[in-house]
Amino acid sequence: MTDMAVETTGKATMAGDARTRKRHAAERRFRLMGQLAVAIGVLALLGLLASILSNGLSSFRQTYITLEIYLDPGVLDKQGTRDPADIAKITTFGYAPLIKGSLVKVMQDRGVGGEADADMAVALISKEAPAILRNYVLADPSQIGETVEFNLLASGRIDGYYKGRVSMASAELDRNTSPEQLRFADELKEAGILVTRFNWDFFTAPDASDTRPEAAGLGVAILGSAYMMLIVLVLSLPIGVAASIYLEEFAPRNRFTDLIEVNIANLAAVPSIVFGILGLAVFINIVGLPQSAPVVGGLVLTLMTLPTIIIATRAALKAVPPSIRDAALGVGASRMQSVFHHVLPLAMPGILTGTIIGLAQALGETAPLLLIGMVAFVRDYPAAPPEGFFDPASALPVQVYNWTQRGDPAFVERASGAIIVLLVFLLVMNLVAVILRRRFERRW
Amino acid sequence: MNVLTEAATEKALVKKMNEINYKMVGQDVSVYYGDKRALFDVNLGVRDNTVTALIGPSGCGKSTFLRCLNRMNDTIQSAKVTGRITLDGQDIHDPSIDVVELRARVGMVFQKPNPFPKSIYENVAYGPRIHGLARSKPDMDQIVESSLQKAGLWNEVKDRLNEAGTGLSGGQQQRLCIARAVAVSPEVILMDEPCSALDPIATARVEELIHELRANYSIVIVTHSMQQAARVSQRTAMFHLGHLVEEDDTDKMFTNPNDQRTQDYIMGRFG
Repeated sequence: MTDMAVETTGKATMAGDARTRKRHAAERRFRLMGQLAVAIGVLALLGLLASILSNGLSSFRQTYITLEIYLDPGVLDKQGTRDPADIAKITTFGYAPLIKGSLVKVMQDRGVGGEADADMAVALISKEAPAILRNYVLADPSQIGETVEFNLLASGRIDGYYKGRVSMASAELDRNTSPEQLRFADELKEAGILVTRFNWDFFTAPDASDTRPEAAGLGVAILGSAYMMLIVLVLSLPIGVAASIYLEEFAPRNRFTDLIEVNIANLAAVPSIVFGILGLAVFINIVGLPQSAPVVGGLVLTLMTLPTIIIATRAALKAVPPSIRDAALGVGASRMQSVFHHVLPLAMPGILTGTIIGLAQALGETAPLLLIGMVAFVRDYPAAPPEGFFDPASALPVQVYNWTQRGDPAFVERASGAIIVLLVFLLVMNLVAVILRRRFERRW
Repeated sequence: MNVLTEAATEKALVKKMNEINYKMVGQDVSVYYGDKRALFDVNLGVRDNTVTALIGPSGCGKSTFLRCLNRMNDTIQSAKVTGRITLDGQDIHDPSIDVVELRARVGMVFQKPNPFPKSIYENVAYGPRIHGLARSKPDMDQIVESSLQKAGLWNEVKDRLNEAGTGLSGGQQQRLCIARAVAVSPEVILMDEPCSALDPIATARVEELIHELRANYSIVIVTHSMQQAARVSQRTAMFHLGHLVEEDDTDKMFTNPNDQRTQDYIMGRFG
């Protein structure tokens, strides 16, 4: 009996023992579960990226038609005075015939179709084109009477045809296009008149209406987002850091500061739309700031970002070893000197990371902006700051939301493209955070 | 009986204080951490150009007393200090005394070497800079060099003053901390178990240094090592449970202490 007991306890250190086997199995199981969890995460990310990229990458290319257009003085300036006021009286409808005439000329040169097909040919070109012409002429009336080469947007359907969204079969059923039109487009492509190239306008053009997705761009949204980020950064970084330093290093610990601490933690968890309601009630209804303005969006997002920054900053300050504070105080530095000379520089990477994560959150925030009217259809660029802060603008995530509501399938591509732009911005911001952290990081 | 002896020793102490040059004197010093009392009416003087060792078992209040001397306890919100502590006869809790000024005069070296994560030069130069002790760059170089020399570190680091102070070995870091404390020309240097994180060789180096520093500074050192107290100090104070048990010449304390508790502690019967 005794011998056996000795034998089993002796075996407890061996690999073959039942308990050891069980422990090893548990470790293996846990590792497997962890790997599975990571794999699921990676798969989800890949799926997301694949769907967005496959939908959205095409928005960075756009089909254009190059036409030489004679800016007919008989149409544009009947009095011949070149008076901008007179020229401005000609609406975009007045410019449409010029484009049509130019197209007909191209058709005659190539011996395609007749006068009757001209309407079909005009539909190749975006409804935005006359406006582009008009803006060009208004900007420089001296060009009237000249023949100028324009790169005009092809209509959304034609663009879609070259991106695989529209086919001959679907065109058959489509009121907005026809197989003949597509065939004509193919012919123009062969002649080098119709080209697909990189779409700068996507980044610079303002939003466009439902019927002209080809003209819709992110210009106003990017500007609006940039303005808001500027406001958020300028307000939330100093306020957040100052509040954190005071709370962490100087404030007495009592019931009042405890209350503030609980409130900050809770604020970080408040749904963002609540901040939108607050912005609407306070900044727009009480203070009287304009709707849809980046200043209101910036203020609302600042309120939203502050708790994030404060929590991150306090964590960073707490992570600085107390021995550093003691060391500074020990050589006769004041509390403020010890904080600003030693603690703050050491906490800087953490503070910057927190700030950038807060900014990234704010950049992607949609709900509160809907409530303060930033979902409006804005075609005019906001002015340069600071006046521009009060002009109506859109924002990147709101633009995405906006485009997903539209009927034309071309907007699906636009929305995905906008998401890619947003993701790139976020990626760059996170990259900056990582670089800053690396650069400032110090050992102690 | 106990009260009587305490009163008697206090009387004797007051008498003695009038004869000897005391740099710092604590009278009836008590410290409370919240509701907990950590120090009970301690009367203890720090003599000029003398190393005073504070010994006693863990939690006996010796570090607490040390931190009273340059008001480091101010940084602990729950701590409350009562009684009177004077530096050259001036009450350090007097509203007219700037605590920053006090800490420049009463420097401190901590248990764990805690150099700033900056260069060796910057570590030493920081104190003089914030106190405006150097008028020019050569001035500052001079202060840095002499401080490092006083700390016995100059020869080891003179070629790499711009390297990080945190890259030095533990013993070197502690001597750098001593150089940093010396750089602001304090009158008193407080050392809170300065060798507890060091190996025996580094410890010997620091002890040697304490000997040398004694010529110019009053030093108060908290230590857990009886041998260290015996080696470096001229006066020893024994603390127990927040009370000052006794204070006397180190030689006498280690050979013929008055109090049984001191005897027991030194003999290693508790603590």
